[in-house]
Amino acid sequence: MPKLPAPPLPKSLQPRPKRPGENGNGAVRPVEAAQEAGITVVDWIDERTSLSGGIRWLLFRKVPKGINWFYTLGSATMFAFLNQAVTGVFLAMFYRPDAAGGAYESVRYITDDAFLGQLVRAMHKWGASVMIILIFLHMARVFFFGAYKYPRELTWIIGVVLLILTLAMGFTGYLLPFDQRSYWATIVGVNINGTGPFIGPYLSDFLRAGPEFGATTLSRFYAIHMMLIPGLIAALIGAHLYLITKLGISAPPWIKAQEDPGLRESQV
Amino acid sequence: MNQAEKEEYLREYSILKNAGKPFFPYAVAKDSVMAVVVMVVIIFLAAMFGAELGPKADPTTTTYVPRPDWYFFFLFEVLRVMKNVPKFTDMATIGVPTICMILLFLLPFYDRSPERWIGRRPVALAAGLTTIFAMAYLTYSGANTGSPNSVDLNPPSSLTSSQRATFRAGEAVVGQSGCLACHVIGHNGNNGPGPPLTAIGTILRPQAIASTLRNPTAPMPSFADLAKDNPEKFNNLVNFLSMLQ
Ligand code: HEC
Ligand code: HEM
Repeated sequence: MPKLPAPPLPKSLQPRPKRPGENGNGAVRPVEAAQEAGITVVDWIDERTSLSGGIRWLLFRKVPKGINWFYTLGSATMFAFLNQAVTGVFLAMFYRPDAAGGAYESVRYITDDAFLGQLVRAMHKWGASVMIILIFLHMARVFFFGAYKYPRELTWIIGVVLLILTLAMGFTGYLLPFDQRSYWATIVGVNINGTGPFIGPYLSDFLRAGPEFGATTLSRFYAIHMMLIPGLIAALIGAHLYLITKLGISAPPWIKAQEDPGLRESQV
Repeated sequence: MNQAEKEEYLREYSILKNAGKPFFPYAVAKDSVMAVVVMVVIIFLAAMFGAELGPKADPTTTTYVPRPDWYFFFLFEVLRVMKNVPKFTDMATIGVPTICMILLFLLPFYDRSPERWIGRRPVALAAGLTTIFAMAYLTYSGANTGSPNSVDLNPPSSLTSSQRATFRAGEAVVGQSGCLACHVIGHNGNNGPGPPLTAIGTILRPQAIASTLRNPTAPMPSFADLAKDNPEKFNNLVNFLSMLQ
């Protein structure tokens, strides 16, 4: 394995070599032990997990010259997803997937009565739109930079799955408030799914939990929206990021490598 | 890309990467700025526009026009446009989106040239721009046409011009009243739970249609209120349905 670059910390933060005489051979004094508590804990964990290598691999890898703001769109999408996860957890504390009226009532409670409930719900709702815009912008960046070409084809394919899953989140979440708009839009949506080729009818039976739109449909949408798809998205973001770190971020296509003799020598 | 081109790319990339900067803190700094921008935008939108809650879902009275969230407008618009091309009707609905998805998945496998600079990839540039404009246009027109549920039929050519006006007026009432949530008319609407109305004029007389609308069998909602409050609309509705043959 090639040597990883050292963390680029400013001088004042880098560990200071011990002065001669300091902590000679004697026992560790309590003050010293306390000063080093943080390092000791990290060491203790690292001795058992060897995590530090992975973290260095992730953080202290190099990115090519010329990386610009377009390259932040992927991580921006990830932040929008984290926003959805956090606000979603708070909504789930109040939400009840009860088609008989409990669902609507619990969303009304969140919107009108719960402390900051309207804000959290609005952040979840608008966050969804922001995430969708960002994921399309990220995809456009990857497309126009040719970043899906060898060796990053698999990163692209995982990305397309993430795109589909993100749209599926928008679709399943839309039903949950259970007002007129979400109810009828979802009925139409599920029926359209049913006209799809091959798996269409099975897919809409699966979504409806049967041939008719019934009481269990809502619980099913709820489970898909807050457990199944988020789990898949989180796992696939992990795989996406692993591949990005493994393969390195592509250089902007207008930058060409210069045969720098000094660089070559330093590599040998 | 053949083997030589692959090796050439990897060699060039490793030089570029070695000349670069460490991910932490340089790229992390930009990403963090962007994360703050994203959060500020979300909180701003949330605080400005809030989140509304419409009337409670009611499976029996559907006077509501279904609308998806804006990012599905383009999809519904594709479906709406495709439905009007009779030849494709059956495969159009999800067939077109499915084909687009497959094309997206397989992109790295059919675009195999080693060139990455978009200025020298004219086909990719044209395809990318076309996709962006098509999506923007479809989203825009999807936002401006009524719901995917609005009826879109060609009146029979035998009608006089005043009958034609009644046809259009009744068509609009059907769209507003949400009949299509349960009925199919031509290529519009959902097939079920109600029977298709495509040729209802050949099955029921106008009086029978009117009395069905006033006193329907559940789960169809009653439109007696419409008949009382707005008899003109109701008559247009009945006449429109009896012209469907
Ligand atoms: C909630 C679903 C639903 C909605 C909305 C709905 N219907 Fe119906 N409709 C039904 C069902 C179910 C039947 C079959 C009832 C029966 O078996 O007698 C039906 C029957 C009918 C019939 C009689 C058909 C026949 O062949 O006997 C007509 C006409 C009709 N509907 C027109 C309309 C119109 C016009 C609207 C909108 C203004 C509408 N329906 C809205 C569910 C609905
Ligand atoms: C949940 C959604 C997604 C997240 C969180 C995400 C995250 C990221 C991040 C953080 C990067 C690093 C570089 C950058 O930011 O540009 C990246 C790169 C990449 N993404 Fe995504 N992404 C998502 C969706 C997608 C989609 C929809 C596609 C395409 C269909 C895609 C394809 C790629 C490719 C090919 C790269 C490598 C680019 C390079 O090396 O230059 N991703 N992604």
